[in-house]
Amino acid sequence: MTTAPAAATGTRPLKVAVIGNPNTGKSTLFNALAGLHAHVGNYPGVTVEKKIGHLQWGDRRVELIDLPGTYSLCPRSYDEVVAVNVLLGRQSDVGPLDAVICIADASNLERHLFLLGQILDIGVPTVLVLNMWDTARAHGLAIDVDELSRRIKVPVVTTEAHRRKGIDGIQGAVEQVIATTVPQPPRLFPQAFYDECAALEQQLAQHGARDIPWFLRERMLLDEVGVIERQAVEEVDPQVAFWLAGARRRLTEAGIRLPLMEAEARYRWAREQLHGVVEAPAEPVASWTDRLDRLLTHRACGLLIFAGLMFVVFQAIYTWAGPLMDLCEAGQELLSGTVASVVPPGPLRSLLVDGVIAGVGGVLVFLPQIMLLFLFIALLEDCGYMARGAYMMDRVMATFGLSGKSFLPLMSSFACAIPGIMATRVIENYRDRMVTILVAPLMSCSARLPVYLLLIAAFIPATGYIGGWVSLQGLVLFAMSSIGLLVAIPVAWLLKRYMFPGAPAAFVMELPEYKVPSFRLVTYRVYERGLAFVSRAGTLIFATTLLVWAAGYFPGDHTRHHELEARIEQLEAALPAPATSETDEGGTVDVEAHEPPELAQLREELNLESATLIRESFLGKAGHFIEPVVKPLGWDWRIGVGALASFPAREVIISTLGTIYSLGGDVDEESTSLRDTLKRATWPDGRPIYSIPVALSLMVFFALCAQCAATLMVMRRETNSWRWPLFSFTYMTALAYIGALLTYQIGSRL
Amino acid sequence: MLTLDQLNNGQRGIITELTGDDPVTARLFEMGLLAGEPVEMIGAAPFRDPLAIRVRGTRLAIRRRDARRIVIVATGTASAPLPASRADLAVSAAAQ
Repeated sequence: MTTAPAAATGTRPLKVAVIGNPNTGKSTLFNALAGLHAHVGNYPGVTVEKKIGHLQWGDRRVELIDLPGTYSLCPRSYDEVVAVNVLLGRQSDVGPLDAVICIADASNLERHLFLLGQILDIGVPTVLVLNMWDTARAHGLAIDVDELSRRIKVPVVTTEAHRRKGIDGIQGAVEQVIATTVPQPPRLFPQAFYDECAALEQQLAQHGARDIPWFLRERMLLDEVGVIERQAVEEVDPQVAFWLAGARRRLTEAGIRLPLMEAEARYRWAREQLHGVVEAPAEPVASWTDRLDRLLTHRACGLLIFAGLMFVVFQAIYTWAGPLMDLCEAGQELLSGTVASVVPPGPLRSLLVDGVIAGVGGVLVFLPQIMLLFLFIALLEDCGYMARGAYMMDRVMATFGLSGKSFLPLMSSFACAIPGIMATRVIENYRDRMVTILVAPLMSCSARLPVYLLLIAAFIPATGYIGGWVSLQGLVLFAMSSIGLLVAIPVAWLLKRYMFPGAPAAFVMELPEYKVPSFRLVTYRVYERGLAFVSRAGTLIFATTLLVWAAGYFPGDHTRHHELEARIEQLEAALPAPATSETDEGGTVDVEAHEPPELAQLREELNLESATLIRESFLGKAGHFIEPVVKPLGWDWRIGVGALASFPAREVIISTLGTIYSLGGDVDEESTSLRDTLKRATWPDGRPIYSIPVALSLMVFFALCAQCAATLMVMRRETNSWRWPLFSFTYMTALAYIGALLTYQIGSRL
Repeated sequence: MLTLDQLNNGQRGIITELTGDDPVTARLFEMGLLAGEPVEMIGAAPFRDPLAIRVRGTRLAIRRRDARRIVIVATGTASAPLPASRADLAVSAAAQ
């Protein structure tokens, strides 16, 4: 049952895993040990994040593996399965393990020794780290560390990871534990249980499964309908289920209630180890966490503070990110300008400016929002407030089958679904997490806003109600922003019921002590998430944007277009003054009025040429092809193309519509001319294309459609499968089409 | 039969039994909700559910539905001292 140290000598790096309950400062300890030299990825086939730090202990290289925070090694979630496989050395992409660092909260040892007991059963060399040593002492706890170490036969190190105190002791303890043999784990369970385990071993061996470790056989018996049992049924023999049922029945007849047996035995063991080792004050010191909680989770005040905080967070994301986003856009324009001044008009310039810079820039522009959101999330999480938010919102989320832990990811998705989906990692229940990921893109993200703003300004009358306090335009904007949320409720309910059915998981969540957030950890989180966003979603959305560019550029003959561009630039370069100049009276006058008439004429011609080219392009052909499909929505081929081109990123519709309507690509939602052009646009028979029902149908389409390649890419990464992004894309597109169809058909008949 | 969800804020009790044998109960066992353990009701969330309880020195949020599985005997309020030993528990449990 004991594993010999796999690499006592040699040049192979030491493999050391870090494991512990949530809220023990595991991430802080990991960062203190590994610094920024961590590689983040995924374990193959599952959604569990794989984080490996590289460090140097003397002349030995060390690979530090950060396992997900868990209360128990009973493999229920994918997180726990991976943790168990890594600890057993069965995770092939990690390999055999040399040692485990188990981190525990020094103030609450009894509960944390439960996990340690399970780790000791695995038989890997283990070091126990008692973190938050300072808090334990502040609570009046005295712990005899040497005596504890002697009793549990494991080296014990005390640390204050957030102050980087005691970290150096870990290296010595790990080296010491690797050099000595692992002691036999204590046998805590009744003999009848071990007899059944031995019988199971024989039965499994007869069916060719000789390599299932003792620990997993124990778990198979202990965890009814657990993951390990399911794996054995699938991989060894369907009969395993019957053997296990028989063994459990015999144990029940002998008076052993399995889940209770394990918990009772382990907690009894923990209490015995700690008896006389931990001196605690008779009545725990009244903590200020309790006093704060009375206010922060109060029926009225708690909700008010929560709502206020969420408001500030989202306000800040919009307003603080604004200047940074402008900066990104300005940089993008500067770069486009520079490229345009160096590269002559032609396919290369179009590729660089319209494809590469516009594509990558379109992604990077969201980076400030994402980093700000993660800054807030990291702050709220690290100080302990996040758990309170989930606690307060659980009842609301439970009405549609989710739990409080889904609240923040969904709320974040109102800014952007990408950080929202990334934030679902806090949800440990697989089914809850999947449903949250699948409905997150329905929340009205900030990229939908420009579309709403443009169409509302153009087509919704500025009628005011209640003395002008409530405007119709504002109401429509509010309705459009809420529509996704309203649709998400039945969708979540249906997904939970039909796609991810199962007994409700126990919602047991720790409400940790409040603490001052660690600056180092918060900055690291923001950096880590920002980097993940740029490197992965960035490269993929870049590819998609290039594809749309190519579809919009080819196969048209651009010779005339490039000639016009070159001629316009020549004329512009010859103009003497900047765009506006001060007059003597102090006012400004538009210099464009003094432009040679030829320039305006050329611009006009260029716009017409752009419109022809896009009509003849693959994209334009596709537009005409889909016109019969979009006609029932009240759209013409131009809107169809706009919607089609905006599948990689929904904001693209504005520049696409601009291009199509002979304005060139540079219009934004504030451009009155696009607004006017939309109002003037007509069908061949002279009827105006845009009416209020058409505008509403277009907005409803955008509210419900999955028009964001980056979101789908992040979804693929977080679920480790193409299945779910494809599913989301399909159901959202279908919803969007039906929604838009109903809006137009009902709206145009009213 | 008194269950955990029926305790008032600040009231304390001792767990006597957890009903059910499904993964939900197994999870509660793992978190240390075992017979003989003192528990304290801290309060309820603004929409009355879930509940915040204290057990083994940890504040836990659990839903009312799950708390109904936890059978207890009441022992007093937070201002009264906790029973000092398991022998006291047996006495107070027997007295109920």
